[in-house]
Amino acid sequence: MTILSYLKALNRAIGDEMERDPAVCVFGEDVRVAVSNVTSGLVKRFGPERVLDMPISEQAFTGVATGAAMAGARPVIEYQIPALLFIAFEQIVNQAHKFSLMTGGQTSVPVTYLVPSSGSRDGWAGQHSDHPYSLFAHVGVKTVVPATPADAYGLLVTAIRDDDPVVVFAPAGAMGRRADVDLARLAPVPLGLGRIHRPGSDVTVVAVGHLVHDALEVAEELADTVDVEVFDPRSLYPFDWQGLAASLERTGRLVVVDDSNRSCGIGGEVLATAAETMRLVAPPRRVTRPDGAVLPFAEGLDRALQPTREQLRHAIQGVMKAGTTG
Amino acid sequence: MAEPVIATAAAVPVLAGTTAGGSVPEGLAAADSAKAGSVLAEAAAVSAEADSAPAPDSAALYRTVRLIRGFEQRAIELVRSRVIFGGIHPYTGQEAIAAGTCAALRADDLITSTHRGHGHVLAKGADPARMMAELAGRSTGLNRGRGGSMHAADFGIGILGANAIVGAAAPIATGAAWAARCAGSDRVVLTYFGDGAVSQGVVLETFNLAALWRAPVVFVCENNGFATTTRTQDAVAGSITARAEAFGIPAERVDGMDPEAVFAATARAVARARREEGPTLLECITYRHDAHHTWEHSARPRYRTPEEIELGRGVDPLDIQGARIDVARREQIDAEVEELLEAAVRFALDSPHPDPATALDFLYADGTTARAGAL
Ligand SMILES: Cc1ncc(C[n+]2csc(CCOP(=O)(O)OP(=O)(O)O)c2C)c(N)n1
Repeated sequence: MTILSYLKALNRAIGDEMERDPAVCVFGEDVRVAVSNVTSGLVKRFGPERVLDMPISEQAFTGVATGAAMAGARPVIEYQIPALLFIAFEQIVNQAHKFSLMTGGQTSVPVTYLVPSSGSRDGWAGQHSDHPYSLFAHVGVKTVVPATPADAYGLLVTAIRDDDPVVVFAPAGAMGRRADVDLARLAPVPLGLGRIHRPGSDVTVVAVGHLVHDALEVAEELADTVDVEVFDPRSLYPFDWQGLAASLERTGRLVVVDDSNRSCGIGGEVLATAAETMRLVAPPRRVTRPDGAVLPFAEGLDRALQPTREQLRHAIQGVMKAGTTG
Repeated sequence: MAEPVIATAAAVPVLAGTTAGGSVPEGLAAADSAKAGSVLAEAAAVSAEADSAPAPDSAALYRTVRLIRGFEQRAIELVRSRVIFGGIHPYTGQEAIAAGTCAALRADDLITSTHRGHGHVLAKGADPARMMAELAGRSTGLNRGRGGSMHAADFGIGILGANAIVGAAAPIATGAAWAARCAGSDRVVLTYFGDGAVSQGVVLETFNLAALWRAPVVFVCENNGFATTTRTQDAVAGSITARAEAFGIPAERVDGMDPEAVFAATARAVARARREEGPTLLECITYRHDAHHTWEHSARPRYRTPEEIELGRGVDPLDIQGARIDVARREQIDAEVEELLEAAVRFALDSPHPDPATALDFLYADGTTARAGAL
């Protein structure tokens, strides 16, 4: 077994796919020097023709990736900060995502959009701390948020091999994770297949990205009184609705913890779908950032808007109580 | 399901002078005509010199102009009779550009198009019957009725789609050019946009990339004097050619009413691109004879005077090119095109509408199905 970091897992996934498929190439800002370390060593292995430093022009190079993909390439774009997705939104949502349907299936756009360190990274303030995965799930762009190094590897590999555009969010809160893994057993993880990190019989906690680890800690803390199942959807679009339904068959109670804004966020979608079609014995709850949150700079303010373990504990206890008295 | 038609992934080897803006006040007849006159006069003065371009096929160019003109007239009728849903952006008057540029391309070269794309798509060789069926939203259409007027695409013959977002196709074309070169081909990609697009940041960002990489791209700006109702001189600071030249991209103003002038300029630009000398911008000066969009036939916004329109329509690529071939040949082509368009309309009208149950087919290349909107 080897200790694999989340960062190294991303790097390894790109390297392995470039090795396997000569059409895979990397676009991004400062990717040759690998300022984020995600692309470390790639230019040395694969040359500057396949690892391209781009001018600071996200709209153009995101659109270029679409055209390149339609002509046979499989670009992986690394964005330095999640806010750049807003600049490139038109190129991803309005162009890459729509081409297959609009052309009646004549083309596909296999581009991977990798967003390392999404969400709050300490002290980066308003324009660097968003976690816009719900926007992409809303428009139907395939969206994944790995929580562990093995899933980061497996989901990124799958994203690169996928014939559709896929956005891969690597949360800042997960980038520092390390795990003891057997490198030989690293494998692609299918999109739309959730993972139960901890089985339980009382309540299902759906946790997204780095919050999986918080959920596991809270589950352990409460182990004496509540048996918590921690369900990690891994991909938010497509979502593993069957896996969630099966979990709720066992528990009948639901809490979602999601580091994005409350209104129209993925947490709301999970609650709504569960309420419409799944077994619930108590009203579900969600723990999210507040509506329309913009993360303020000061540490205490930044933390104040992110979902906390305390809030999660409270929500779990709340659904348990509602389930018994109701 | 959807496979890249241009090249499969496996086929890619190692990837190696302004006036203040604002709406045009009513009753500016004299000033308007003067402006229109100057646009057209400039066009005539531009690109008089043709250098070593290959000889144009005058009859073929005439046929393409005739085909596009006839197609547009029928499409407008079908909009009025509500067979075509939503309306179209007629290309009437600008046909010389589509005809001249596509004639200078090889069959395996690629194009991207705009919201005013019928001419480009037809000139590149799309089947008029399947194109008309697409406009009519039929399952036999180029895009199986999923794209309509503003998204017509035929990847099999190098048409990477018309695009309804102003300026958005420029980076797509540049990416396709880059990937084609990486794949070892000497294909050229030609991308069309209007004068409105030169104010879009993404187009200027794309100029930078295309010039840096010496991408085999030809940027064709169709300057018809207006972006919807806004005059070019009220929207574009400096000149359009200078915008490209600032990035080191050679730029040329071309008489966009003359198919052979457009052909010659495009042939030069395409030759440069194939010699790996990089992109070129052609600013084709033209005039749109019809409305911005067929909506205008009923809304009648006032932004150019009847005198100006009459003056503009007086310069007609159909006449310019028609005068270059003998009358008998011209009549023969007219008759052939009429017959072809007659059949195209019949094909469109006889074709089935797509099954509503298939409305989200083709959303994902891998066949992922979307959840229904209601239980
Ligand atoms: C980015 C963008 N902004 C606005 C529109 C709405 N719109 C459609 S066509 C058009 C005018 C485009 O003018 P131009 O590029 O000169 O092309 P033309 O219509 O003259 O062919 C506008 C503003 C759009 N489709 N895309």
